[in-house]
Amino acid sequence: MAEFVMPQLGADMSAGTLTCWRKQVGDAVHRGDIIAEVETEKGNIDVEVFSDGTIEKFLISPGERVPVGALMALIREDGPPTRAAQSSAAPAGGTLPESATAPSERPKIVPGRRAERHAVERLAISPSARRLARELGVDPAIVHGTGHGGAITRKDIEQAATSKSTTNVPADRSARIRQTIAAAMSRSKREIPHYYLSTTIDMHRALEWLSEQNAKRPVAERILYGALVLKAVAFALREVPELNAVWQDGNVVLKKQIHVGVAVSLRQGGLVAPALHDTDELTLDELMQRMRDLVNRTRAGSLRSSEMSDPTITVTSLGEQGVESVYAVIYPPQVAMVGVGKIVERAWCVDCKVVPRRVVTVTLSADHRVSDGHRGGVFLAAVDRLLQEPEKL
Amino acid sequence: MNREQIRQAVLEVLREIAPEADPASIDPHVSLRDQLDIDSMDFLNFLIALDKQLHVDIPERDYGQLTNLDACVNYLMDRRAGQPNQ
Repeated sequence: MAEFVMPQLGADMSAGTLTCWRKQVGDAVHRGDIIAEVETEKGNIDVEVFSDGTIEKFLISPGERVPVGALMALIREDGPPTRAAQSSAAPAGGTLPESATAPSERPKIVPGRRAERHAVERLAISPSARRLARELGVDPAIVHGTGHGGAITRKDIEQAATSKSTTNVPADRSARIRQTIAAAMSRSKREIPHYYLSTTIDMHRALEWLSEQNAKRPVAERILYGALVLKAVAFALREVPELNAVWQDGNVVLKKQIHVGVAVSLRQGGLVAPALHDTDELTLDELMQRMRDLVNRTRAGSLRSSEMSDPTITVTSLGEQGVESVYAVIYPPQVAMVGVGKIVERAWCVDCKVVPRRVVTVTLSADHRVSDGHRGGVFLAAVDRLLQEPEKL
Repeated sequence: MNREQIRQAVLEVLREIAPEADPASIDPHVSLRDQLDIDSMDFLNFLIALDKQLHVDIPERDYGQLTNLDACVNYLMDRRAGQPNQ
């Protein structure tokens, strides 16, 4: 019997609230299937199951907040559910066994069934209002829209929420996100002996190549220069694998796969860094499309659990905010973080001549328990070298 | 489409990109990036949505012309005027 537990969706997570089960007792599940939706400080996350089998029993009810590692469900890894499990299976459309505690009073905005979810998505409601509805436990289907063409606005959702008699969502979500980030970053600074390196990279070839490529492409297929940097980082990690690792129970654990975390700022404040899985194996076009999808889903509060828990390193870019150098705080249990600044035009020496060149400062923050400056330097040199041949990325 | 229709189409796209912003408060002469805190990914999404809505594929070399709301509308008016059956 396999145990499905509340996953750790980020080092700063201590507990999550089950929003809804996406399967029923007796359903067959396969590795990667979404089994539940969990609310965290970073938004609602679709949680995947990592074993094949049949759902035997749910042990947690929607609305319950449980700590990371708490047992939530049992999955029989071979054969159909036992007779006992079948007799306690949820009624059609429901998700709870009979022995479960009473369902949460908060109505589900995104029920498990695909048809109902699509019905919600067909409502005239902005992504922001939909997200707010989920946060506040409001069913948009029963909200009267006052926006353009009867669209449901954020104000409509807020008014609907205040008229409800119960809600179990804390009032100041931004403050909670801030506290969560504070805890993670404080822990990082307390436990990880950081060292910092920086290098300035001539981006002339990379940007010229990118311009040529994008000139031939329709807008939906264009590549942002950030995708080039992510690919270069992923390839560089193949050369310095000790930076693609986690620190666990006093030991460094090297990771075979490279899942670069992409730091995404949320419009309402806060930061999330979900993983671009197998970054080094994606073509540049695939990387760009997946990055775009990842960023959009992050901001819409629609990530998968594996995207939250799998990053093996994180890249953060603050160039668009005008920052030239980023000295990042490593996100535990990762052992390194890459910072990318803004592209600036500087006087640069090329073939003994001073010419204007567009350059960028790339920094490495690394865990000194795991790597030393020499290896960190090798990594940054690899990133530089790789960006000089963008056609090979 | 006339100028006002194009302006409304641009505002509709901006509402999707920055849903918390009040379209009525957008200053048409101030940089959109500064007013709405949109980054390069947001900007790319903005261009893709404009292409879908208005059938105008904006080349990279012209990105610098789309600084504020008025500049966007002016650019789109010019581009659409040069297209057949628009």
